[in-house]
Amino acid sequence: MTAFAARIRDLGLAYGKTRALDGITLDVPAGCTVGVIGPDGVGKSSLFSLIAGARAVQTGHVEVLGGDMADARHRRAVCPRIAYMPQGLGRNLYPTLSVFENVDFFGRLFGHGRDERMRRIGELLAATGLSPFADRPAGKLSGGMKQKLGLCCALIHDPDLLILDEPTTGVDPLSRRQFWELIERIRSGRPGMSVLVATAYMEEAARFDWLVAMNDGQVLATGTPAELLTRTGTRTLEEAFIALLPAARRAGHRPVEIRPRGAEEDGETAIEARDLTMRFGDFTAVDRVSFRIRKGEIFGFLGSNGCGKTTTMKMLTGLLPASAGQAWLFGHALDPHDLDTRRRVGYMTQSFSLYGELTVRQNLVLHARLFGMPAERIAPRVAEMAERFDLAGVMDALPDALPLGERQRLSLAVAMIHGPEMLILDEPTSGVDPVARDGFWRILLDLARQDDVTIFISTHFMNEAERCDRISLMHAGRVLVSDTPAAIVARRGAKNLEEAFIGHLEEAVAEARTPAADAAPLQAPPAAADSAPAQPGFSLRRLLSYARRESLELSRDRIRLTLAAFGSVLLMLVLGYGISMDVEDLSFAVLDRDQTGLSRDYALNLAGSRYFVERPPLASQADMDRRMRSGEISLALEIPPGFARDVARGTPVAIGAWIDGAMPERAETVRGYVLGMHQHWLAAQARAAGGGAAGAFAVETRFRYNPEVTSLPAMVPAVIPLLLMLIPAILSALSVVREKELGSIVNLYVTPVTRLEFLVGKQLPYIALAMLSFLLLVALAIFVFGVPLKGSFVALSAGALLYVAAATALGLFISAFMKSQIAALFGTALLTLLPAVQFSGLIDPVSSLEGGGALIGQAYPTTHFITIARGTFSKGLGFADLGDAFVPLLIAVPVLVGLGAALLRKQER
Amino acid sequence: MNTRGLHNVFHLGVKELRSLARDPVMLVLIVYAFTFSIHTAATAMPETLNKAPIAIVDEDRSPLSMRIVDAFYPPLFLPPVPITPAEMDARMDAGLDTFALHIPSGFERDVLAGRAPALQLNVDATRMRQGFTGSAYVQTIVADEVTDFVRGYRAETTPAVDLALRVRFNPELSKVWFGSIMEIINRITMLAIVLTGAALIREREHGTVEHLLVMPVTPFEIMSSKVLAMGLVVLAGAWLSLTVVVRGLLAVPIEGSLALFLAGAALQLFATTSLGIFLATLARTMPQFGLLLLMVLLPLQILAGGMTPRESMPEAVQFIMLAAPDTHFVMLAQGILFRGAGLDVVWPQFVALAVIGVTLFSLSLARFRKTLASMA
Repeated sequence: MTAFAARIRDLGLAYGKTRALDGITLDVPAGCTVGVIGPDGVGKSSLFSLIAGARAVQTGHVEVLGGDMADARHRRAVCPRIAYMPQGLGRNLYPTLSVFENVDFFGRLFGHGRDERMRRIGELLAATGLSPFADRPAGKLSGGMKQKLGLCCALIHDPDLLILDEPTTGVDPLSRRQFWELIERIRSGRPGMSVLVATAYMEEAARFDWLVAMNDGQVLATGTPAELLTRTGTRTLEEAFIALLPAARRAGHRPVEIRPRGAEEDGETAIEARDLTMRFGDFTAVDRVSFRIRKGEIFGFLGSNGCGKTTTMKMLTGLLPASAGQAWLFGHALDPHDLDTRRRVGYMTQSFSLYGELTVRQNLVLHARLFGMPAERIAPRVAEMAERFDLAGVMDALPDALPLGERQRLSLAVAMIHGPEMLILDEPTSGVDPVARDGFWRILLDLARQDDVTIFISTHFMNEAERCDRISLMHAGRVLVSDTPAAIVARRGAKNLEEAFIGHLEEAVAEARTPAADAAPLQAPPAAADSAPAQPGFSLRRLLSYARRESLELSRDRIRLTLAAFGSVLLMLVLGYGISMDVEDLSFAVLDRDQTGLSRDYALNLAGSRYFVERPPLASQADMDRRMRSGEISLALEIPPGFARDVARGTPVAIGAWIDGAMPERAETVRGYVLGMHQHWLAAQARAAGGGAAGAFAVETRFRYNPEVTSLPAMVPAVIPLLLMLIPAILSALSVVREKELGSIVNLYVTPVTRLEFLVGKQLPYIALAMLSFLLLVALAIFVFGVPLKGSFVALSAGALLYVAAATALGLFISAFMKSQIAALFGTALLTLLPAVQFSGLIDPVSSLEGGGALIGQAYPTTHFITIARGTFSKGLGFADLGDAFVPLLIAVPVLVGLGAALLRKQER
Repeated sequence: MNTRGLHNVFHLGVKELRSLARDPVMLVLIVYAFTFSIHTAATAMPETLNKAPIAIVDEDRSPLSMRIVDAFYPPLFLPPVPITPAEMDARMDAGLDTFALHIPSGFERDVLAGRAPALQLNVDATRMRQGFTGSAYVQTIVADEVTDFVRGYRAETTPAVDLALRVRFNPELSKVWFGSIMEIINRITMLAIVLTGAALIREREHGTVEHLLVMPVTPFEIMSSKVLAMGLVVLAGAWLSLTVVVRGLLAVPIEGSLALFLAGAALQLFATTSLGIFLATLARTMPQFGLLLLMVLLPLQILAGGMTPRESMPEAVQFIMLAAPDTHFVMLAQGILFRGAGLDVVWPQFVALAVIGVTLFSLSLARFRKTLASMA
């Protein structure tokens, strides 16, 4: 074994113009826990994804476990030895799958047999204390539990290198402690394993063996925690980190002076909450929370993600109506409809809620206007805010272009624009570096002490909580304790606030009787021999594990499932009735200036057919004009005076016919009908007169396959192919792009699954659903639309199977080019609808097309399936007659799947 | 609503417009939808009959039958393929021909003798449109050839009664006229729903909606500002497109009053932007909104009466579609733009659109208020 888990030389990485990593050179020792510290956005995650092989190396050199990560062969060989847990709570997990199903999926990917898998899953879940929650969907776990589950999934294949990117951010301190204890136990069971951890919590980093401090894509320093402290001559790692920053970044940084509030005077109450409760369904997010905040006080809410801090704050701003309990703002009972109280409150959230499309100045002005400030006071106030929050230099920039720290100040300036007496700040400092955070706190202290603004702030940083006048510790929707930070520490006799919080949490957890993690050290796996080595090349087992997972996920997403199964049916009903070319019941009226038997006979000739319906006769030309304009009649006839007389004499006479040309297609049909009926009438007249002239002939038109010439039998067999293309292609394209957007695509990057296994595995469930949809459509055609299937059902089904395989493969192919789900949705709709509707013979046969359209039409799968569908439905054909149409489909499926696999990337770029 | 409310709607509306101005994807979509998409859709609509494949069995081999065979040529028909009677069915089964004309032996002789012989025309009726229109053309072409041919032998026979057919409002039956206007109608609906829906979902995803709600601004004002701002953008786009692309580039004459049409479009936008908000409250994410959009937009456009005449749909469908704004908008637009109808003719559609608009707006507002809790 090499002494180094990873060796990195001159590593650089750029996203467009932004440099994420700038010439990193680093040797990561093996067999110990290495921490990478630094605030968000300094390149920790980029570094980790490169080491894990999830991202392609741009410049420089990365060697992991003794091989070059730029070499695809080494990556394939080494990926079963690396486990990677990306940043974000449960980002590589599948939220709708249960705890067990998640671990099981990873077990299958790494090729464990059934018994082996069950044994490992059992052990891991027991060790992490997740066994009682095996059936709970991953998305419904708390942050801490998600991270433990992530760990289970990472450890299922006994990795030699465990890469954890900020595994404890946003997790409560008790779960955090349990998490690290778990890692310790695992390491004691597998001493050779190297662990690489990134963290933003400096307190946590103190327990690691070796540290790398990073800033701005560069390594500031490396060494053991003790070495770093000695080198900088500081007491804590947070101070050490600030000391390590380049001088320019440190400029202007002063430690935050905590100015305690004046005497505990019992001032005016700003906020009071009594038994505030919020329930979502059967889940209680906030459970009987009570507190009282005095004017000018800084009151902190401390707790993990999802403990109810945000919900409580939203209830206080009137965004959420409380399920029970009451709250008072400035002595008034909270009323969400009272717009005047809103003017006294400023609100800021962790997402900062700025309009990214408006400049800094426009953001400030908009908020000032919406708070109804008089126009003449807006400009001075905006200038004042710019001054106070140090934004004067960036007034015309867009917020998204600003560093996080400045965005945070802008967000506070926006919340303060109308001079509120109270600020509600929901985790305003998450993700901001320590220097900017200290600057922000200086502003907050100024506001509270000088301007007497009441500040209600939530955070998960202990050192920020210590700066508050009073805090409430929250967990699982309940307030555990409320007091000054010092009193809370003193009362529990703890070393510091974190210890005190953990003490309270342990009590609360014991009360709730949640089984604590099993304290037994995690058994080292018996031998490496029975952990099946990942087979190189194609593995049916991995393919099926993806297919299984995709089906499980799909079965739990109601919108997608409904669309997949019934979307086509709905559209078929719409199209079946909509794309009808039957023109029937056309309304017409006659201006009969002759009023003889013959003229009435002519009109009856029309009215008697099923195509025309006669409306009350026209009175005059003006009447005709008005009724045609309103669209009431689409055909008007004028029979001239003396019509019967002229016919009898053989004098040439003309009947006037006006057709409404607003809809050309309909007009064309009307013209055809009228001409036909006119000929028919003439012939009848001639027959009556007993003629038989030379030049007479008849055309016997036989409308084959559809003798009634009605739309449904013609359209339905052609619409089925259209629908079986559109929706399956969209769904399969979405299935890949969803993973890209949600982050679980990383499992393709870092596990042994190949691109072909991934794609085909994902494709199978959609083929099955599309076939279900096909059967429904055929049933609809036969039983609802009454279009009989005259030919071979087996041939039709075989064609459909090939066709939906091609359609889903086309979706996978398109997904290679799409980054967001919305782009995939509309892109695929566009790319499938146009050729399917225009170029595939749906309306005009492919042979009638010209140019590019004709070429596309000949190659596009829809063309051939339309031939099969029409052949079997209307023409009564079978395999023997339609053989030629199957060949292109047989070719299309492997070509499209192959192209999709070739274009899909096995690494992020 | 008091003046404060009006101020808020105005400022929020300006914000919507500024946001839109900085969203390149939406801008490209709007420009594309009102220019290229209209132009291509209008000009790409194939003429009814174009290169229809025809095969002819000529058993007569007379000057008349040759004459008939020669009368079929592009662009209406592909050059006829001479076939034997035995090939006829197989070729049609394989989809090679849409038409197969059978000229029996002795056809010329029988025509001249006045024995009224019969030609057989087989039409593949699964190709509905081409088959139906084409068969009328085939009959006319054959009749013309026969008449011309006979005229060389016998004196002229005039039909006693002539039918003077005139097509009103679009005498050439130009598909470009029809296609371009229908395309504008479809674009108006699509953009109204997409722009407002996306604007609301984007605000929710960025968390700015909850920020608005903690300010002294009511949900009614937020919704009105989006409806007004997006409606205005689409209306301006439609006006530009009608004057520049349709009247200018495509040279389509517009019969009626443009102002009256735009007034109708404004009502339609009131209804469809409200519908956009409604869909955005149903969907939790942009992809879900996209899927919903697909399911709503297609039926709206296909069944509104713009693609196929309403009277050929089943009565139940006709009745249900009366609740859709597009149905009334299509009637109104066809009336005004093609037939030059005035308000005295199309007022019922204006009333219907206003009623549908108010209903949709109220429903959306109620739903918007209700879902704010889950959005925030």
